[in-house]
Amino acid sequence: MNFDLTGEQKDIIKAAREFAEKEFPQLSQECDREERSPRHLWEKACSLGFVGVFIPETYGGAGLGYLEHCLINEEFWRVDPGIAHFILAGTFGSELILLFGTEEQKRKWVPPLVKANAITGAAITEPDAGSDVSSVRTTAVLEGNEYVINGTKTFITGGTIANFLQVLCVTDPHAESPHDRFSVITVETDRKGFEATKLKYKLGLRASDTAEISFSDVRVPKENLIGTAGRGFQQFMVFFDHTRLHVCAEAVGLAQGALEQAIEHVRKRQQFRKPLASFQVTQFKIAEMATRIEAGRNLYQKAAWLLDQGRVESHLIAMAKWFTGETAVRVAEEALQLHGGYGFIGDYNIERFYRDSKIVEIYEGTKEIEKMIIARALLGRL
Amino acid sequence: MDFELTNRQKQIRLAAREFAEGELVPLGKDCEAKGEYPREIIKKAAQLGFVGVYIKKEYGGLGLGSLEHSIILEEFWRAEPGLGQIFSQTTFGAQELLLFGSEEQKKKYLSPLVKGDWVMGFAITEPEAGSDAASAVSRAEIVGDEYVINGNKVMISNGTEAKFLLVYCLTHPEETSKSRRHSILLVETDRPGYKADRIHGKMGLHASDTANVYFNNVRVPKENLVGEERNGFIQLMRFLDYSRLMIAGDGVGLAQGAMEQAIDYVKKRKQFGRTIASFQVTQFKIAEMATLIETARSLTYKACWNVDRGNVDSQLSAMAKWWACQVAVRVVDEALQLHGGYGYLDDYPIERFYRAAKLLEIYEGTKEIQKMAIGRRILGMT
Repeated sequence: MNFDLTGEQKDIIKAAREFAEKEFPQLSQECDREERSPRHLWEKACSLGFVGVFIPETYGGAGLGYLEHCLINEEFWRVDPGIAHFILAGTFGSELILLFGTEEQKRKWVPPLVKANAITGAAITEPDAGSDVSSVRTTAVLEGNEYVINGTKTFITGGTIANFLQVLCVTDPHAESPHDRFSVITVETDRKGFEATKLKYKLGLRASDTAEISFSDVRVPKENLIGTAGRGFQQFMVFFDHTRLHVCAEAVGLAQGALEQAIEHVRKRQQFRKPLASFQVTQFKIAEMATRIEAGRNLYQKAAWLLDQGRVESHLIAMAKWFTGETAVRVAEEALQLHGGYGFIGDYNIERFYRDSKIVEIYEGTKEIEKMIIARALLGRL
Repeated sequence: MDFELTNRQKQIRLAAREFAEGELVPLGKDCEAKGEYPREIIKKAAQLGFVGVYIKKEYGGLGLGSLEHSIILEEFWRAEPGLGQIFSQTTFGAQELLLFGSEEQKKKYLSPLVKGDWVMGFAITEPEAGSDAASAVSRAEIVGDEYVINGNKVMISNGTEAKFLLVYCLTHPEETSKSRRHSILLVETDRPGYKADRIHGKMGLHASDTANVYFNNVRVPKENLVGEERNGFIQLMRFLDYSRLMIAGDGVGLAQGAMEQAIDYVKKRKQFGRTIASFQVTQFKIAEMATLIETARSLTYKACWNVDRGNVDSQLSAMAKWWACQVAVRVVDEALQLHGGYGYLDDYPIERFYRAAKLLEIYEGTKEIQKMAIGRRILGMT
């Protein structure tokens, strides 16, 4: 066993922390209020090598693991979840190409993501297909050498800013098993018939773009199929085993940031002629928050380390996702509580962190879905 | 990083599990019902190398670490907490001798423990000094070349079975600092003036020996001082950094055992025409239990691993102890709940596990003391 990060991993953390602390704070409030994505920071993060570190060197990345990708996520989220999400979601969906794409597809689609020449995304969710992924209805019909796509997707990260998206479509509606009816198709967003509408007034992560998108007879060449036709559902399940990990890191980073804000506040704030920190109830709250964060971090790092060893343990990843997500929400809540009335006012960052936190229990598999996965591993299929 | 146990650690786990299932499980119910202390099982375990594995080779042990010791206890507690406790206390205090004892003390007192010939204990708690150990008043006065001890200690593990005890005594009441008033003395239990009354009526863990002990002009030679005079409190705190990890391992084991019993039960038990495992609420309970156990185990191993390489981190030890023991209490509660009315009867072991669990949140530092340690350290209040 060895619970220590390597020297390289520690350097990555330090660099990511420095970058985030230097660049994010002055834009945090404005990007949140104006729902604006600071594009120049994404470019800068790309140029400094923070984006897509898990991408192999052949395709322009650093050839590191998901663990390193997670460490960067954690540090960025610690400083500002919204901006962090915008910057690091730029490669979201590239995992599908790396896992299932052809050599040609990888060479074509992946390198621009690292060089700040393109943003991608993954389009799965529909108005009536959330956790129940196999209810997706967007269709892709093969006509000659092209797929013709029709349908609507919602809650799509980067929908209005992405250059291309990996879209889950029904291609084999008559396949016997409902899980064998789907394919993943890459769609360039400048294709005719593609439309994206920004979803405004989200609870949190307002610096990050979320959109409803529609496909009206959008034609893409057959070569845009990622992986195997009819295996789209299964490919996405494998995809989630990877992407859930960085959500764990997001959650831990957010919780860590919230904890640190709480610590700073309780040391300064005086009530009853002494700092809040000197009250035992405050000390206990801080102890509980810190312990949960430590447990959550340890768990996701274990799951990410195993994945990087080629061992995908879906139930462990689901455990980490549920536990860290809940940790983020609880810690942010307690951290806001310790700020009292000031926590409710936008002057302090904690109000934003509180709003930002809730999504980590929802996206990439709600906590309810995670628990279903864990239970299945322990009880068998029921 | 490397989250895997070594092959040797895996073998130790396997061997401990086999021993626990083969030797401890058959005795568990009976020993609990009769309050019987099965001395011969210690000898048997010792012959197989399960006792005091962390004791250095030159003193008869295997020279392994806290991690291996914790893994063994985890397996024993998973199978039968009541007998697991016997092994938690067999060498309890030996770490103090390893850390602070003289060469002669280590040579003389440690190897009989490893052979299973002797058991020991560490007498700290008094009627008016529980969490507040620095208020202990059992007095040791120097008279010539001897210490003369007077006082009484309560709730002492192995008080009636131990060959010798380490006793936390007030030697320097005149010191202004409360943490400079005590010293630790080694007291052989066959000295005149020593008396022990075994406590009956504990809620759980009936097989293990817990006693009130009395010192009435007990004389021990000056050489029985362990470490330095006035340094007892500090030495005790150092000891707790180790012993707390062992308790964390106990908690993980108890929780694991309780969950496995719950899984077995819910797969078999039918209500409303189907197994209760097929109800989603059951699945979610199991998922939550398993995740909490995973976080507790990971945290415990991390803390052990750090201690074993000389990186004693009191905060991490306290986190592991509090978290793992809380997990044990919560998991066993939910596991009993899933057994319904049957869980309340002694037909199933879960009732015994439930009664055993609560102590974990109390001894070796209550959870409140752990949180105080963590919170004050983080907030810089110490």
